[in-house]
Amino acid sequence: MPTPVSNVEELANQEYKYGFVTEIETDSVPPGLSEEIIRLIAAKKREPDWLLEWRLKSYRYWLTMKEPTWANVHYPPIPYQDYVYYVAPKSAASGSKQIDPELLRTYEKLGIPLQERELLAGVAVDAVFDSVSVATTFKDKLKEMGIIFCSFSEAVQEHPDLVRKWLGSVVPYTDNFFATLNSAVFSDGSFCYVPKGVRCPMELSTYFRINAKNSGQFERTLIIADEGAYVSYLEGCTAPMRDTHQLHAAVVELIALDNATIKYSTVQNWYPGDKQGRGGIYNFVTKRGKCLGKNSKISWTQVETGSAITWKYPSCILQGEGSVGEFYSVALTNHYQQADTGTKMIHIGKNTKSTIVSKGISAGHGQNSYRGMVKILQGAQNARNYSQCDSLLLGDQCGAHTFPYLEVRNPTATVEHEASTSKIGEDQIFYCRQRGISTEDAVSMIVNGFCKQVFKELPMEFAVEAQKLLSVSLEGSVG
Amino acid sequence: MLEIKDLHVSVGDHEILRGVDLKVGRGEVHAIMGPNGSGKSTLAQVLAGRDVYTVTSGEVIFEGKDLLVMAPEDRAREGIFLAFQYPVEIPGVSNLYFLRSALNTIRKARGLEEIDAMDFLKLARDKMKLLDMDENLMQRPVNEGFSGGEKKRNEIFQMAILEPRLAILDETDSGLDIDALKIVANGVNALRSPERAIVVVTHYQRLLNYIVPDVVHVLYDGRIVRSGDKRLALELEEKGYGWLEDDRQLSAAGR
Repeated sequence: MPTPVSNVEELANQEYKYGFVTEIETDSVPPGLSEEIIRLIAAKKREPDWLLEWRLKSYRYWLTMKEPTWANVHYPPIPYQDYVYYVAPKSAASGSKQIDPELLRTYEKLGIPLQERELLAGVAVDAVFDSVSVATTFKDKLKEMGIIFCSFSEAVQEHPDLVRKWLGSVVPYTDNFFATLNSAVFSDGSFCYVPKGVRCPMELSTYFRINAKNSGQFERTLIIADEGAYVSYLEGCTAPMRDTHQLHAAVVELIALDNATIKYSTVQNWYPGDKQGRGGIYNFVTKRGKCLGKNSKISWTQVETGSAITWKYPSCILQGEGSVGEFYSVALTNHYQQADTGTKMIHIGKNTKSTIVSKGISAGHGQNSYRGMVKILQGAQNARNYSQCDSLLLGDQCGAHTFPYLEVRNPTATVEHEASTSKIGEDQIFYCRQRGISTEDAVSMIVNGFCKQVFKELPMEFAVEAQKLLSVSLEGSVG
Repeated sequence: MLEIKDLHVSVGDHEILRGVDLKVGRGEVHAIMGPNGSGKSTLAQVLAGRDVYTVTSGEVIFEGKDLLVMAPEDRAREGIFLAFQYPVEIPGVSNLYFLRSALNTIRKARGLEEIDAMDFLKLARDKMKLLDMDENLMQRPVNEGFSGGEKKRNEIFQMAILEPRLAILDETDSGLDIDALKIVANGVNALRSPERAIVVVTHYQRLLNYIVPDVVHVLYDGRIVRSGDKRLALELEEKGYGWLEDDRQLSAAGR
């Protein structure tokens, strides 16, 4: 009989079921990065001059920057000049209103039907395929309420004032190496504006898919919730199995005005690479929200199960008085996956409050780091933070690390930090098996129990998805 | 129902069970007593399929089937239940959810329909009364933050729900005060039935005042050295385990 330890490891051998490739004609730019390429992207997208200028400014700044090395992840140098920075399905590039049937099939296979009548009633989807958005559903219905939900490219054409006002206001083009690269070459993404006093009646979601080989996906998401507005937003992502690393460097900016709430949930399932660590997505993402208005709230929930490397710190700038920032995270690393993820909570306004709950799960040779910063500035009277970081280890080849940074410049602040590391006990598994529950179900049950605090923050449909995803990521036999 | 023949079990190079023979029939209650380190808990864990132990020789037949080739979950589905000496905590998994999953996998293996959440709740409430348990223990994560007594009661509660054919109680009395002991014993007695065998592993005679066994065995140094009726337990209580030491030397000398 195999020992339970090896059972756990066997279970950790997942199959990635989204690894298929879509054969489709594409329109792309030559590989490499230069001002010419950036001009070419801007021209393909018929962008206004101010945006091209902004891209070029970012590119020139990027040339002066060095790739950061402080994260607890290891990878060979990224060949930036080998990547293709713009790839679009031909049908979408030609501006056709009809969605290519091949694309429809792709999204159906992924469980994201783009025909509105088949959709989950409560979810509007923007589908981004390689560099462009191929479909946005329920757009007209939302428009009746004054909600703008469309691809970033369309927003640039249709709502240039809004884009120009807010683009780069949370993540400036000088922010960091990957965000600056994104500012230079971003191709599409989602845009959302919820007007004053409107509560968005459905979940908005973007589904990202990287298909093309050796391409990078650089999307940008911009969400603005005007005074008293509410919006819940979800993104999902998958990619084919390739033995080379694809680069994904996205930027997400959220802005919440007075009494507005933005809830942003991510289920990240990029291809993680194979069992030996070949291939997989490099996921270097900058996500930040600004609680600009008083009593505004931004809540990040993420379930990170994919990618070869994840480098991601969804953060909140708590500027408005009484504003609230939340970060709930589950990060799972298996095989040779590496994740360095966490959050930054920057307290600027009075009576601001933040909550951080991070759950890291490591299996196989996975390395999982939580890196979080809580910064309380001088003017942040009565600011409060609560942080909890728990790590769960499966097997003895993996690692969990915690790097909390605290900076408190106001004596009235209350900051609490709790951390724990535990190993999935053979005792726990044996206990479950003695009650008739298989090892697989036992591991899944224990891991889901560990993540419960985070899952309950996800919108209902996605909580179920996330649980399934976690089981699949750990168990291989399901799905 | 259960037949153990010349069972030898080791951990690493250390032999713990050195030829155990035991027969338990349907409807019977057997007590296995013995001093610390005699191998009582090892025997209980080996029957449940714990694989830190290596069975070096011998046989265990349960209802005509070779138990030793079965995975722990299959043994559970065949009707073997172990009430743990140290029940583990499973954070974030509610007791109710855990137990319904367990019951349903066992029911499925027996070709029965799965029980839905509502019916299960009814069943759980019914069995909870048996153990005088607080209903909020059901909603709480498995054993998390339970007192020692609550954990032991929870084990017997699980036994009541899962209705095993053979229940092995591993030092269920340890850490219980006299009131809790009575409640647990009453729960076990309520589960005695002509269809079900119960093996009570204990260090002390005390529990056997409340769960009266049909047969008492004394496990000493990896072997069953004596079997008898409930009077054997009282005799042990009176004379202590040292009495067996002399006895064993005598029998060894006589071989």
